[in-house]
Order: sequence, then C-alpha cells, then structure tokens
Amino acid sequence: MTTTPGGLLLVLAVLVPFVGVLAGLVLGGRNAQRIALLTIVAGTGIALGIAVSYLNLGGAVVYLLGGWSPPLGIALRADGLSIVMLVAIAVVICGIGIYACADFSTPAGQREARAPFTFWLLLLAVWGSLNLVFVSGDLFTLYVALELLTFAGVPLVCLDGRGETLRAALRYLIFALLGSVLYLLGAVLLYGGYGTLDIALLAARVGPEPVAWAAAALMTTGLLAKTALFPLHLWLPPAHAGAPAAASAVLSALVVKGSWFLVVRLWFDVMPAVVTFSSAQLLGGLGAAAILVFSVVALRQERLKLLIAYSTLAQIGYLFLMFPLAFDVAARQLDGGGALAGGMLQAISHATAKAAMFMAAGSIYAALGHDRLVGLAGIARALPISVLTFAVSGVALMGVLPSGAYLAKKLLLDAASGSGQWWWEWVLQAGGVLTSSYVVLVLARALGRSEQTLQLKNSVSRVAQSAALALAVCSLLLACAALGPLPRTLISNPLAPSEIASLLLTVGGGGLLAFAFGTRPSRIPGSDAIGGGFVNADSTLRRWPVAGISLLVVAALFGWTLVAAR
Amino acid sequence: MSTPTLYGLCAAVLIGFGVYGLIVNPQPLRKILAFNVVGSGVFLLFGAIARRGAAAGFGGDPVPQALLITGIVVAFSATALAVALLLRLHDEAGSVTLASDVPPAVPPAVAPDSDAK
Repeated sequence: MTTTPGGLLLVLAVLVPFVGVLAGLVLGGRNAQRIALLTIVAGTGIALGIAVSYLNLGGAVVYLLGGWSPPLGIALRADGLSIVMLVAIAVVICGIGIYACADFSTPAGQREARAPFTFWLLLLAVWGSLNLVFVSGDLFTLYVALELLTFAGVPLVCLDGRGETLRAALRYLIFALLGSVLYLLGAVLLYGGYGTLDIALLAARVGPEPVAWAAAALMTTGLLAKTALFPLHLWLPPAHAGAPAAASAVLSALVVKGSWFLVVRLWFDVMPAVVTFSSAQLLGGLGAAAILVFSVVALRQERLKLLIAYSTLAQIGYLFLMFPLAFDVAARQLDGGGALAGGMLQAISHATAKAAMFMAAGSIYAALGHDRLVGLAGIARALPISVLTFAVSGVALMGVLPSGAYLAKKLLLDAASGSGQWWWEWVLQAGGVLTSSYVVLVLARALGRSEQTLQLKNSVSRVAQSAALALAVCSLLLACAALGPLPRTLISNPLAPSEIASLLLTVGGGGLLAFAFGTRPSRIPGSDAIGGGFVNADSTLRRWPVAGISLLVVAALFGWTLVAAR
Repeated sequence: MSTPTLYGLCAAVLIGFGVYGLIVNPQPLRKILAFNVVGSGVFLLFGAIARRGAAAGFGGDPVPQALLITGIVVAFSATALAVALLLRLHDEAGSVTLASDVPPAVPPAVAPDSDAK
C-alpha cells in the first residue's frame, strides 16, 4: 500500500478545521467567526478535492502517515463511503454556518461574547473530528476521533449555560464515555487476538471465534449507546431539544452520524463474516422498535423542538434497517450493494433534512419566543419560508417522491424483496407513515388560523431562513442520484399508479395517526391510553439504572446472537 | 497461572466493578470515578496483552504501550471535562442530580434526598 495522489488532502481535511480552532482560540472575539467561515470555505474545497481525486483514481484515496505502511504505521483511507459522508457533511456545515451567522454573531460594541466564540470553535472541532472518523484506517484512531467528537459535541449542548442544559450535557458525556470505553475494550480484545488494529489487515485476519464475538458485541453496543439507538437513548432528547437551534442542528444532523458510521465500518469492513443473520436481525429490530416507539412519543410532545428530537431518535432507527437487508444468507456474511447504498443515502438525506428542520424550528422559536405546538397557529403567514422549510424537510424524511429518502427507501425495499425478508418491507412502509404523521401534525398546527393577530417577539433573519430552506432542498435534490451512480431500473415511472397510491397512503395514513395521537383528549377511543403507554415506556427507559441494564442486555443479546445460531 | 493471565483477570474484575458503579451509583461524581475504574481495567488489560505479545528479548509489545498513553490522555481529558461540567452545574443549579424529570419546585423538607436522585 502506498500514498496515492491527493492523499495529502486527507490530512488537510482533518488538520485545517483544527488549525482553525487553535487560530480562533488565540485570536479570540470576532475573529473566531471570521476564521470559522474562512475554514468552512477551505474545508469544503478540500472535501470536493478528495472527491475529485477519488473519481480520478477510481479507487480509495490513501495517505500513509510518515511513509510507514500498516501494521507499523497508520494509514488514512477514503473509500466511497467516506467520500459520500465527507461531501455531505461539508454541505451541511456550510448551511449551518450561514444560518448561525444570524444567531451567533458577537454583538456590536462587545469584544467577545462567550456563546458565539464557543459555538464557532466547536463547529470546526466537530467537523475536524467527523472528517477523522471518515478517513481513519485503524480502530484506535477511530476511538480517538470518536472521543474528540464527543468532547466537541457535549459543550454545544450547554452553550447557554442554564442548569437544565448543563445537566443534559453531563448525562450525555457520562453515557457517551461508557459507550466509548466499551468500544475501546473491544478494540483492545481485537488487538490481543489479531495483533493489529488496521481495518484492512483485520478484515483479512478476523474469523468467527470467541475473541471476535466478544469484541463485536462490545464495540457494537458501545457505539449504539453513542448513537442513541433504542433503548440506549436516555441522553438525546434533553440534549438536542435544549441546545440553541444551530447547535441542535449540528448535534442531530452530524454528531450522531459519527458513531453510526463506525458501526457501518465495523460490520461491513472489519467483520462482515463474523456477524450472523440473527445479529443483523437484532440490530434491525432495535431500529424498528425505535421507529415505532419514538414516532408515537414524538406525536405526544407539546414542544416543537422535543418533537424534532424524538423524530431524530426514530430516524436513527431507520438508519439501522439496512443491516439485516444487507445480509447475504447464501454466503452467510454482510454484503454491501443496494442495501448499503440505500442506507448511506438515507443517512445523508437525514443529515440535510434534519439540520434544515431544526433550523426552521429555531427561527419559529426565535420569532414567537416559544415553541409550544398549540401556539403555532398563524405562523405560516408570519414565517412562510421557515414553515416551507419544515414541510420540504418533512417530505424529505418521509421518503415520498421526489427526494433522496425516496430512492433510499426504494433501494431498501428492493433489497428486502430480493433477500426474501418481507417483514422489513412492512417496517419500511410503516416508518414512512409514522414519519409523515408528526410532519402532518406540525404543519396542520402551523397552517391553522389564529383568532388574534400573531405577535412576533423578534424579527428573524431572511438569510438564515433561506439557508435552512436551501439545505432542505438539497435533501430533495439527492433524488438526482438516480441519474448518476444508482441503477437506472430503480424508478421506472415515478407517476405510475402504484407510486401515487403509496404517496397517498403515506400522507393519508400519517394524517390519521396525527389525528389519533396528536390531539388531546383524542376523539379516537383507546389512542390516549396507547400514546400514554409509549410515553411512560420511554420515560422508564430513560432512567439511568434502566438504561444501564439495557446496555448490558443489548451487549449480551449481541453476544448470544453472534455465538448461537451460527 | 501465568502473570499476564492474572493481570487480565484483575482487569476483568476492575471493569466489572466500574460498570456496576456506573449503573447503580446515582451521584455524577461517583459515576465519573466509576468510569475511571473501567478505564483503568481496560488499560490494565491492554498492558497484559502487551506483555503476552512480547517478541523474544523484549519486555513487552511496544504498540499497546504507545496506544495506552494516548488512551490515558483521552480518559484524563474526559474526566476533566466531566468534572468541569459538574462544578458548573453545581454553581448554576445548586444540586448535582442527573435525574431528568426533577420537579422544579419541591420544597427541601419534602425531598431531603433530592440530591441523591
């Protein structure tokens, strides 16, 4: 293995954001924002440069640090998965950067304000750590990248320094530390068993034996705790709902993708032959449970930002559905292909759409001075751009035409029917209906007529709202992937009766669910009891001892499914 | 029993203690300490693996030792960040409970142990 042309760009992708952090820290005040914006421009250029060299090479871009090749040295490697994530994250960061200029400018007449100063530095730190997650070629560097990501993400939760957000940040930090120490334990076991941590070398050496099973179970569980997959989600709702809008967008759209990406790396690249059919089913099953429980809990929320936080939890579940679908039963191993492409497309659709959604909610919050759902009536007239953003990003999340998530759903459905796992088709369709339910609920409230004229507390920057809208539109434009790398046969006729029927079913079913669970007291008998049951289950699972025991149970279940049923 | 195996078992015991502490101890400071105990267990295990994998004439495999130092630095900074957050939380809120759904206005006489939730 040697350094390829363009390999130096991988180093720059990590180095430039961190140089920006240090320069901003030294120069301070207003300069932090200027440096951050400059770095965002430079970093986006670097991400595009890596993509171009990848296309020119027709293979992975590699850089060997110090010229030493693994196992002695450390390699940075950007394959197709990394490139997709690098570019998508750069686009989202650009959108968030433009949006945040309105919220996080140092006020005139002040030399330095704490929240803006911290925000810009942490934004760069999150970006640098994510880039490191995407390009690292060995498990220990990935551990360090993951920890950096947590350290950058945690203070974003408590930018405003209120007691409840500090508490949310501390919960997040401690639970994430538990997750990463489990990951590290797994990495240590792998080193003990195989004498290397390099992903490519490990993939050749790992076989189905006890040390690999233990490591896979521990690492997967640790990463799930950091990704906040059901039932290990105790930290996410307060952390994401309490942070300022731009910070929530970073946390929800970007930070959770870091540990999710690592699960993808681990399962597809390190141990595709170690994981079993039943363990992949278990991972998908947790995802399905997340979609069902958190969508219903989202419908029961009274505040918009909490609703979006629960929607993030449900969408995280969606991201894990690709694992069972990618399992090749005949070869008894995970196999990329359509399901993996669908999962990646789902992830970047979610990154763009969820960032846009949180930013739109932030504009609404700023304008109204609150984000209670019952007080949203009339907001569509006052802030048309933000409500449109919410609608567009909602459509992008539902997976109806025309959006990137629609293609993703198509790919996953194809994989499900191709591998004969019909039950996942039901989960995928139900997921779309459940997603549309809370989008419809919010839009119905926002489009409602208010009796008295709406008093806006603050004016909201038009540029910021447009940045959010642009990101939401990006998520729709991902549908253009059908013209490029994806197979042409995927969509034969987007206006075929079956497609229109599925669109109507998704939106109509969502409307019905919103009517059943979103209104209180509900006019449909029994739905209050069911909704309340889900809310109680969620708050029980979010208690610390329960979450801790769930963590051990999940680890044990993964161990069992890896060992038995082989 | 060989020395690395003994150390490995000690590491397992430490990790067990730490995870137990992280789950059952309600106070955040104890959780932070428990995290450090788990961390020490993992590092000890790594050390044992380094000793076991030593080439002839070496005291230990140097790669795990280099990684260990990095791991300790990471764990140290994590602890520092957590303690800083904890102190700030104490200054802001007057208590350091991690329970999310704390009723905001409970008179202290009714819930004397609310700090321990």
